Amino acid sequence: MKLTIEFGGGLELLCDSVKIHKVNVELKNGEKKLTMKDLLAWVGSNLIKERPEMFMKGDSVRPGVLVLVNDCDWELSGQLDTTLEDEDVVVFISTLHGG
Amino acid sequence: MASTGGGGEVARILGEIEALKASRNRIDNQISALEGQLRELTLQNGSVPPPSVISGAVVDSGFGHGLSPEMIYRYSRQLLLPSFGVQAQENLLKSSVLVVGAGGLGSPALLYLAACGVGRLGIVDHDVVELNNMHRQVIHTEAFIGQPKVKSAAAACRSINSTIKVVEHQEALRTSNALEILSQYDLVVDATDNAPSRYMISDCCVVLGKVPLVSGAALGLEGQLTVYNYNGGPCYRCLFPTPPPTTACQRCADSGVLGVVPGVIGCLQALEAIKIAGAVGEPLSRRMLLFDALSARIRIVNIRGRSLQCEVCGENAAFTKQHFRDFDYEKFTQSPLSAAPLKLNLLPADSRINIKEFNEKAIKGEAHILIDVRPAHHFKIVNLPNSLNIPLSTLEARLPEISSALKEEGSESAASLYVICRRGNDSQRAVQFLHKMGFTSAKDIIGGLEAWGRDIDPNFPTY
Repeated sequence: MKLTIEFGGGLELLCDSVKIHKVNVELKNGEKKLTMKDLLAWVGSNLIKERPEMFMKGDSVRPGVLVLVNDCDWELSGQLDTTLEDEDVVVFISTLHGG
Repeated sequence: MASTGGGGEVARILGEIEALKASRNRIDNQISALEGQLRELTLQNGSVPPPSVISGAVVDSGFGHGLSPEMIYRYSRQLLLPSFGVQAQENLLKSSVLVVGAGGLGSPALLYLAACGVGRLGIVDHDVVELNNMHRQVIHTEAFIGQPKVKSAAAACRSINSTIKVVEHQEALRTSNALEILSQYDLVVDATDNAPSRYMISDCCVVLGKVPLVSGAALGLEGQLTVYNYNGGPCYRCLFPTPPPTTACQRCADSGVLGVVPGVIGCLQALEAIKIAGAVGEPLSRRMLLFDALSARIRIVNIRGRSLQCEVCGENAAFTKQHFRDFDYEKFTQSPLSAAPLKLNLLPADSRINIKEFNEKAIKGEAHILIDVRPAHHFKIVNLPNSLNIPLSTLEARLPEISSALKEEGSESAASLYVICRRGNDSQRAVQFLHKMGFTSAKDIIGGLEAWGRDIDPNFPTY
């Protein structure tokens, strides 16, 4: 499944400072759909190069990270259960506090 | 260049400049005190103000609205907008807006809010103007360096628009004073620079009866903007019920920020505040604007609405004014309300050395290796002679380099190993790691390069 995965707000520092990743995620054997839960695990092992605790906590993202699927908060689409489709854009953004 | 002047002449000129600056500050203070008195008198007596000081109060002018001829002329270019017009201008003039923080975000926000005619504009800040603020905090001028930001910002707002009321709150916002200060305003602009303040301001807006909150943030080359507590929209806690780990809260003083980035976000905060106070357009509620300056991308995303489970604004929330007063925001977020630098103390005293001792040893010619563990781009700004730059993140991979440097330096006796950084935190982390890896003699230099600039070489640049 072709996806665009973007990092912002400093999270890109965890993946060699690359913000936009065009990726192809293979569905697991026998699975027909890809959920955000599957994608998080995939991102954790394929894109995050350092300090994984700055990205994940348990099986979800750490507090302070907003997850957007096609420019929409994943809270509105079912969080970890959100089902992804080909060409979806998933953004992980760390909230900023500076000013 | 002629060298006839000599050191004495330079000192004399520097002294004269200092003396002149001091008297300029005195005069500035006198002027702003007199201006304050004048405003008070004008308001009390209703006496005829001088042409430049016309009261901003909205009274019936006989034109079927509350705008005086001067107001019509001053605000004419926005009165000409069909979607803004007299009604929104009157709303603005009757409104009161509080800007928390007169820094990178607050600077442009305040300038535009003053200019557009917000009737009463409050400013909260406890800090003073510093030279390293000037690149982004464009409301302040060099003449105000060392003076309170609130005074400086208020003077700038008054010089743009002497007809509005500018209120100075020269204090840090705390749970003990926030309710009293925020309750005087219809709308709050969060232009602060740290996580506990953001939670505190949002909670305070909720317990005061859902005061709309225009929240902006900027760091590095990115910015974020949204409106909380507006028309059934979420509060800050609906979005971020659990605070992030402190390691995820970067500060402009550590990570840097390009001045224009908070400038852009601060301008957008002013815009959202004007829309809400003027009752025009669609405020950025339940949506968030994400600004990436480097790639020139602005993305506006839909975010969740109010959470029914929210501990502060949710259906069964029992968060009262008293809870707010008693809530420890620093403990909740594990970080201080003012964006003060971290001061770690990780090592036993015999693994540390103060900057003066280090300097004496270096002058005596003690064989040593000095490792600077700051990131390479920090090292490029300024560094000590004969220091070896091995950024903390690369330390593990570059241990062999340290071994061979120590061997080369200590041909006769064992060379000492010192570690320095900007303020003395990363150097402690590095020494901790070096001890673990067998470099048991490694010592961290207390206070880092800041201490060097303070105690050894006053000409050494700080940043």
